[in-house]
Amino acid sequence: MDYNWDWGVFLRATGIGDEIYLDWFVAGLGWTVAVALAGWIVALLLGSLLGVLRTLPNRWLSGLATAYVELFRNVPLLVQLFIWYFLVPDLLPEPLELWFKQDLSPATSAYLSVVVCLGLFTAARVCEQVRTGIQALPGGQTAAALALGLRTGQIYRQVLLPQAFRIIIPPLTSEFLNIFKNSSVASLIGLMELLAQTKQTAEFSAHLFEAFTLATLIYFTLNMSLMLVMRRIEKKVAVPGLIAGGK
Amino acid sequence: MDFSSIPAALPALWEGMQTTLLLLVLGVLGGVLLGTLLAMLRLSHNPLLAGIAATYVNYFRSIPLLLVITWFYFAVPFVLRWITGEDTPVGAFASCLVAFVMFEAAYFCEIVRAGIQSIPRGQMSAAQALGMTYGQSMRLIILPQAFRKMTPLLLQQSIILFQDTSLVYSVGLMDFLNAARSRGDIVGQPHEFLLVAGLVYFIVSFAASQLVKRLQKRLTP
Repeated sequence: MDYNWDWGVFLRATGIGDEIYLDWFVAGLGWTVAVALAGWIVALLLGSLLGVLRTLPNRWLSGLATAYVELFRNVPLLVQLFIWYFLVPDLLPEPLELWFKQDLSPATSAYLSVVVCLGLFTAARVCEQVRTGIQALPGGQTAAALALGLRTGQIYRQVLLPQAFRIIIPPLTSEFLNIFKNSSVASLIGLMELLAQTKQTAEFSAHLFEAFTLATLIYFTLNMSLMLVMRRIEKKVAVPGLIAGGK
Repeated sequence: MDFSSIPAALPALWEGMQTTLLLLVLGVLGGVLLGTLLAMLRLSHNPLLAGIAATYVNYFRSIPLLLVITWFYFAVPFVLRWITGEDTPVGAFASCLVAFVMFEAAYFCEIVRAGIQSIPRGQMSAAQALGMTYGQSMRLIILPQAFRKMTPLLLQQSIILFQDTSLVYSVGLMDFLNAARSRGDIVGQPHEFLLVAGLVYFIVSFAASQLVKRLQKRLTP
């Protein structure tokens, strides 16, 4: 194979400022983490709210949450991203539109779009997990809480949600990992996250295989370490008495 | 919003959709085939084979699909030249297909593995008591039952793949999304074409997932 392997390429100067290629990867990883974490906060908050709505007896509210889930689950992520980035700003009131298009730096406006996009996209999935978690609890829990005189809000806050969240940590973990992987679509609207930096390195240095191997390793390590952390948390908060609880 | 130029663009959109569907069908077929092979390796008693398959699955499940698509787009021509020793032009379609098959196989493997494991052990013992070899009992007894159980999950994964095919936009393959985007740019109505594309994806995925739900109900008494 007439390919010139050179793993030292990452320490070489990029020719732009006094950066080396490794700096690009570090900056890219920073954006990836920033997108994923911010998106996750949106997803967790909105997804929990929607999940609760789906379990309410009120038909309108649960129907609304169901419609949300179906809409956001059946449109490809990339299409959603393009809608948030290219279409929605044009529909905003003029001062907001000008702010988004002119005042914000390109990186900031791309960042905002992708965070909103991933947050709302992942919220639909979180919603389903929260709903499953609530519905998995024995009906006696709600009945007992009602008998104690708790109101609906209190029942969710103090009885159902604390247990539901502990049950659904494993599926939530995989959604949490997914949001890191999904954040790579940001490269298609010009945000210089990990994948975009990898492509740029591959093009600038002509060391395609090294660049993509490093990116793969970074994603792999990130994934594995997050998974280990989540397993720890899962063990720590397991509900005693359930099969998953162990004792 | 002005949707008047959509009808004239329908042939171009349909052409894009055909690329999307071809990618989907070939991707699912290849993915299920490779995934089944991986699942059988993972379940084999040979620790080396099981380890290789497990590593493959964990590896592909921890990296983004978009990374795989991008990488293969650049790498497949390189690797081919290395193998065949001559320049063979590879289109975006072929490299995307290879990416989808290899990536989806990791996900299909887990579905197939769970399906095989859900078959009672007695089935395997009975098959072997009848004198069947391991391969025969897998092919004739275990897999047919497992696949019937897995059908809803396999279809669900295929719906996800249908949506994920839109990622080939990144390497410029003219799939449905790309066709809609470029038509929209040509006629100066990018927003309308984007919305129509989203609507079509929604209708197809929504209808398909409703059908799968119904099938699931029928298969689980």
